[in-house]
Amino acid sequence: MTPIIETRSVTMQINGATLVDDIDISVGSGEMIAIVGPNGAGKSTLLRLLSGDLRPTRGCIRLKQCSLQSYSAAQLATHRATLSQHVSVTFPFTVEEIVRMGASHMNDAAAHPRIEAALDEVAVRPLRHRQLPTLSGGEQQRAHFARVLVQLACGEALHGPGLLLLDEPTSSLDLRHQIELVEIAGRRARNGTAVIAILHDLNLAVRFATRIIVIHRGSVVADGVPEQIITDEMIRKVFEVDVAVQYHGDGSPVLLPQAMKPIGL
Amino acid sequence: MTVVDGRENAKRPRRSITVRPSPALIFGCLLLTLTGAAIIAVTLGAAGIPIARVPAALGILVSEPADTLLARDQLVLWSIRIPRVLAAAVVGGLLATSGAIMQGLFRNPLADPALVGVSSGGAFAAASAIVLIDSSYGDAFRFMQNALLPLAAFLGSLATTLILYGIASRAGRTSIAIFLLAGLAIAAIANAGLGLLVFIADDRQLRDITFWMLGSLSGATWSKAVTIAPVLAVGVIACVWIGRGLDVLILGESEAFHSGINVERLKRVSIVLISAMTGVAVSICGVVGFIGIVVPHLLRLMIGPGHRILLPASALLGAVLVVGADTLARTIVAPAEMPIGILTAAIGAPFFLAILLRQRGLAGL
Repeated sequence: MTPIIETRSVTMQINGATLVDDIDISVGSGEMIAIVGPNGAGKSTLLRLLSGDLRPTRGCIRLKQCSLQSYSAAQLATHRATLSQHVSVTFPFTVEEIVRMGASHMNDAAAHPRIEAALDEVAVRPLRHRQLPTLSGGEQQRAHFARVLVQLACGEALHGPGLLLLDEPTSSLDLRHQIELVEIAGRRARNGTAVIAILHDLNLAVRFATRIIVIHRGSVVADGVPEQIITDEMIRKVFEVDVAVQYHGDGSPVLLPQAMKPIGL
Repeated sequence: MTVVDGRENAKRPRRSITVRPSPALIFGCLLLTLTGAAIIAVTLGAAGIPIARVPAALGILVSEPADTLLARDQLVLWSIRIPRVLAAAVVGGLLATSGAIMQGLFRNPLADPALVGVSSGGAFAAASAIVLIDSSYGDAFRFMQNALLPLAAFLGSLATTLILYGIASRAGRTSIAIFLLAGLAIAAIANAGLGLLVFIADDRQLRDITFWMLGSLSGATWSKAVTIAPVLAVGVIACVWIGRGLDVLILGESEAFHSGINVERLKRVSIVLISAMTGVAVSICGVVGFIGIVVPHLLRLMIGPGHRILLPASALLGAVLVVGADTLARTIVAPAEMPIGILTAAIGAPFFLAILLRQRGLAGL
């Protein structure tokens, strides 16, 4: 299968510090990847490299067989959509206007059904006429997720399965909306989209990702299916904490940090 | 962990729902208001022309017999009032639109070319042109003054905007505090330069500079109005083109790039537009502040922040405001004239403070 995005020996140095060191990854259509790792490991830098935000110091990144640099900003926007961690909006745009920004390359008639679908899927329809700066952090995050989904849908209508990049998408969401978000991302993956998400919640990553990439000090230290990757030994080595890895009925690992182990377990 | 309550949204008060009026309604109302303001403006002044005599003077009703009163009306209207009202409308449009673009570019509702020194930079460059070029070329320069002053003011505004952007923006983010403080410093430097020019200017140059710095439209002529009108026309057309990009830029530079915007090109075009529009307005009537803050802010409350509607609507409401302010400036202390900058500051400065207080929480000041 031809990969949607692949990196070859990608290295990123800023002011002499190596943030991403010689990374080779390849992500195909339909994969849902969780990137995990401790703070400062280089996860966000890697995601910014994949989105075209940053240009690697060495190595190359290819999106759908073409160098990432060969795309214009407008072309790139029809092949990949990115949800950033913090987006602050100071002007009183409504949720609907924000979501509509995802379809800015399409005419209104073509964009309308995709906007309506995203408002329903992310459950922000009741907020559509509310001004974004008046909403809670989690509600704003969901509105931006809807915008990114519209952009992805518009791009996929033109060019087939694309790339969805999510930088800590669940950071300001409550439990229900965390699960809803990763389920929506999972549905996109099942329809062919390549999804790459930075997740801090390892249990969420294990539950929803088809593959986990562990980044530590700028390098990939593990890459594979969750059952193989998530071991107490790996967690201790990378995150420097003790956890008890237990196994769910279906064989998927569940992590319990030792200090938070419930009484009687 | 947050406990999710499915009814949380239903509990919110309905007044927070935002419904935007249709663009046709907005532009219709603004055009009507501008027409009304222009008609009132041409009738008022040292030589009053009652509204009933305006159609005849304009040549709309040709059946009336010509008399000396009609000849006087026509002279006042065509040689003084109409060019002045036209210049006021164009200056208002330029100032309000450049303010709105600047706020979009800096993602900051407090940005105004006059407040952060862009107008002062233009004024300094224009005054430099008056003094330095006049000293070297004398009469040859005076002949070209109509064309040279806007160009010099544009270059001065451009240099100021570029310096401001360089100082306030780092890695795609703009610090609001640094932006406003850098703007104050730049304005102070430009004003110091202006003071120095006034100090070294000879009598005739001093008269030119002072006349122009007073911030008055009394020197408006057809040739000046015709020189600046195309800048507004090009600016408003360009605004329709950059409007969508400025909307998405509100999300941040990275997000705008992710959404397919060529951010660097958008910033360059915006900076040139801000500088050209501010510089040209300054070259006609000196530094007139606060139009660029008041107009876009009022419009955002009424029609929302979408730039494709906001920018052309700002041009219209800016025109209404400056035509109104200029009419007031030449009537309240008649037969003398009050500098228009005093009026706009008297109305605009309290308005700015009100926005500042509202934004205090959001802007992190």
